[in-house]
Amino acid sequence: MAVKFSGCLRGVSAFSILSLLCLCGCSPTPAENKNSVVIWHWMTDRQPAFEELSRRYEELTGVKVTFELYAPSDAYSQKIRAAAQSVSLPDIFGILGEKRDFSSFVKAGHILDITPYMSADNGKWKNVFFSKALAVNEFSSDNTYGVTPGIYGVPIDITTIQMVYNKKLLKQIGGNPNRPPATLEEFLALGPKIKASGIQGLVSGWGEVWMVDCMANNYAFNVMGKDKVLATIRGDVPYTDPDWIKVFEIFNQMQNSGVLANGLVTMVNKNAEQLFANEKAVFAFNGSWCVNVYKGMNPGLEFGAMLPPAVSSRYPMVIWGGAGSSFMVNARSSRKEEAVKFLRWLTDREQQVFLAEITLNLPANKDSLKKISDVLAQFADDIETSTHPNVWGVSEFPAVVEALDKGIQSIVIGEKTSVQVAEEVQKIKQRELSKKNNK
Amino acid sequence: MRIKSTLENYLFVLPAVAIFLIFYLIPFIWVFQLGMYEWDGILPTKTFVGLSNFKEVLTQDNIWWLSMWNAGYITLIAIIFQNAMAFMLAMACDREIKMKNFFRLVFFIPPVLSEVVVGLVWQWILDGNYGLLNAWLLKMGLPHLVKNWLSDPQTALTTVAVVHCWKGFGWGFLIFLAGLQTIPRELYEAARVDGANAWASFKNITLPLMVPVAILVAILTVLGTMQAFVLIIAMTGGGPAYHTQVPVLRILASMRGSSRFGYACAQGIVFGVVLIIISFVQYRFSKRSRQY
Amino acid sequence: MKSDKYYRGKKAAVNVIIYAFLIAVALTCIFPLLWMFSSSLKTQETIFRDMSLIPKEFHFENYVLAWKQGGFGRNFFNSIVYTSIVVLGIVVVSSLAAYAFSRFTFPGRNLIFYMFMAAMMIPIPGSFVPLYVLLNKLHLRNTAIGYILCMINVGLSTSIFLLKTFFDKMPKELEDAARIDGCSKLGIWRHVALPLAKPVLAVVVVLNALNVWNEYVLALIIFDSKPLMPLQVALMTFQGEFITRYPLLMAGLTITALPIILVYILMQKYIVKGVTQGALVG
Repeated sequence: MAVKFSGCLRGVSAFSILSLLCLCGCSPTPAENKNSVVIWHWMTDRQPAFEELSRRYEELTGVKVTFELYAPSDAYSQKIRAAAQSVSLPDIFGILGEKRDFSSFVKAGHILDITPYMSADNGKWKNVFFSKALAVNEFSSDNTYGVTPGIYGVPIDITTIQMVYNKKLLKQIGGNPNRPPATLEEFLALGPKIKASGIQGLVSGWGEVWMVDCMANNYAFNVMGKDKVLATIRGDVPYTDPDWIKVFEIFNQMQNSGVLANGLVTMVNKNAEQLFANEKAVFAFNGSWCVNVYKGMNPGLEFGAMLPPAVSSRYPMVIWGGAGSSFMVNARSSRKEEAVKFLRWLTDREQQVFLAEITLNLPANKDSLKKISDVLAQFADDIETSTHPNVWGVSEFPAVVEALDKGIQSIVIGEKTSVQVAEEVQKIKQRELSKKNNK
Repeated sequence: MRIKSTLENYLFVLPAVAIFLIFYLIPFIWVFQLGMYEWDGILPTKTFVGLSNFKEVLTQDNIWWLSMWNAGYITLIAIIFQNAMAFMLAMACDREIKMKNFFRLVFFIPPVLSEVVVGLVWQWILDGNYGLLNAWLLKMGLPHLVKNWLSDPQTALTTVAVVHCWKGFGWGFLIFLAGLQTIPRELYEAARVDGANAWASFKNITLPLMVPVAILVAILTVLGTMQAFVLIIAMTGGGPAYHTQVPVLRILASMRGSSRFGYACAQGIVFGVVLIIISFVQYRFSKRSRQY
Repeated sequence: MKSDKYYRGKKAAVNVIIYAFLIAVALTCIFPLLWMFSSSLKTQETIFRDMSLIPKEFHFENYVLAWKQGGFGRNFFNSIVYTSIVVLGIVVVSSLAAYAFSRFTFPGRNLIFYMFMAAMMIPIPGSFVPLYVLLNKLHLRNTAIGYILCMINVGLSTSIFLLKTFFDKMPKELEDAARIDGCSKLGIWRHVALPLAKPVLAVVVVLNALNVWNEYVLALIIFDSKPLMPLQVALMTFQGEFITRYPLLMAGLTITALPIILVYILMQKYIVKGVTQGALVG
């Protein structure tokens, strides 16, 4: 036994040393070829499509473009930040994060200002996009982040976040499969019927707080209009304002009517998607990527897109929409001209149609909508009425956002009332404001 | 001669210390002094704020202390339930020689499994609407016990703690089993000859000899469980509301959600200090108990 | 006086209860493994609809697909190499240091030892970024050596702790004898201490092998080129931002779990003896 072990140890050591030498020997040298552009991305489902496009581009121009995939997106974020710290970012990359982080990257000099390219030729490149898609990548002249105004990113697709409904199940509970509930009242009325039929109502990834935030924000816009919401963020209106309490109450009403699924507050979005795909839920609150997801899990699913049922008609119901994924060019790259050229080609109609067809995502190029599926087209219709936190020019404090979202979760599980949550959120807002003013 | 000997001694620890200095100490110092800055992790400029981050963690951050309390609760359950189960299983396996190897292998599967699988499977079992557990309870005629295990604020934390115990008991089981097998059989023989029954020999032989092992397991359990977070993200995302938040999740939230890298470092340091204090207390307790 | 039959019956009853308990727990442990395996044989469409443990159709091609698309060939090899080298490195470095802490006296010995202990208890949040910057300065980023050195550091403290505790308990006579025979310090370490420490070393091997094998975040950050990535990183590509290809992921995870279970089985015999002596028994 002793001999076997030490022999084993020796064997392992020999093997290891050999392999180490081997590895060192064949350490790949970076493609220092002047003509090659390196892109880091996180989009697992698009890697095959990207590689095909890269092949076509090389045939066309002789320039080699390498797409390197790093998933999951959390780890990708960390990798980008680490690379930023040591100034070793690739030629093209994406930033997964909020406008604030985006602005920091710009201010740190990592991102190329592509306004000149966009505006050249009377804005030829710029006009190819949906205005909402570009807006997310733009810093306007009155932005509060201290960034020189301009366009810094190239959108390659758009997404919207709204509701979907299962046509068959809606009919089952007495609704009209071609006319989903348009007002909150109609929506709430379906609650008891849903409970009686034993299926789930609305499913969504509310365990991931940003989805709660999204819906809360949608209703906030509907209840008080965009200006008041932005004023609240700026600190001019308190969260204890009756309009905000009305927004919080909506969630209470939804929970009481039975229209929300059980266990919604800890639901992960992937779970929500499974439930909806397996026809166990009538409604889902999800993004346009869901079309691809549901198709993969249940190709026969019959569903349609709808806006969250409005509670008031004074202001429009506004959903979140804008650029889904965007690429930025590294300002310090030695191949930035080539990089920009490639991105321009990537957002041309033909490539965008190709991407939309293969990956079932909405293209950023507004001329590329011809070949997308019906359901996807419903999502695309609503993009013009959408908004996005990244275009408002102001950001709410993260601590306040967290308190608001967790507060709504508390309302849904019946632990707090709307008034309590409003007061708590406002308290944290005061604290953050005073911290900021003391600086 | 003396100098040569001392130099030789240093050579033994040199590789370890060298690697440690470069790959632990340098990043640690970087992180430590970062606790005194307000920085978002990206900008080249940082703002020096002295000790205000630490002050904020210690005095103002209620959610931080809630998360510490949650982690403490999970750890307490782990120390009691997980280790009790590990001990009982070890005792059961100590006598049964037939399938011992099979059980030894099977009980170590949870630690080996990837957290992805564990999270998925347990979510499926515990799902409030379609989960295996609730379906089984209904079949057994216990409908009043059916709950939304992971989203009901009253059961969420305990449920998460139980799943953690499930994943972790394998190591404790192994260590206890080993400890039990070193107790010489003669002691038990002698006790039986003297007329002691099973309970008496357990109380007077097994327990006292196993106390040191139990403390070793306790120290490792505390260190491991206080730092747990991957399973929690997979099962509840830290919710509902703040009911299953734990310290590491708060640190991640500061780093990624609020982009307050400096503050996250301060939280990490405070966390580390608390862990050191707990371990130190446990260690002293173990030394004292061994004197008896 | 209770009859012999009474005692035997009672013992049988107790045995049954014990067996039932063991089997119940064992079932909960095997269940996820079985689920993982059976899911790997389903398709994306049926994986969450068909809840039974035995799939209706057996899609063994998932394994081939996972192997090809997950880049299993090269990355699998990488993982094996990294794990072997890191474990070997930790075994050598930590046993040298632990032996010194246990047997030698030199100024600063306790201080340095406590430093290692404290490292076990203070997690560095966000340590990936400073490590990356450091590696970059040393020109070691995107190299195997850089990753290996980082991973050696990760396992160092716990291993030193385990080994030192064992060495403390080891009787000194054998070493004294060797020294009288004229053996150098290094020789004693190699020929006397290490062989006696085999059981604890087995624990150190399993512990660190498990850690390195399952690690992926640091690897993803440090490595830029796919040929250098370990297995877990390649596996993660099945977990897309929106779409997770579950059957392939499960197939990949099943393949990944096998080698580590193998290591555990191989080291099992030593572990029981090992933890015994490393533990604070007696």
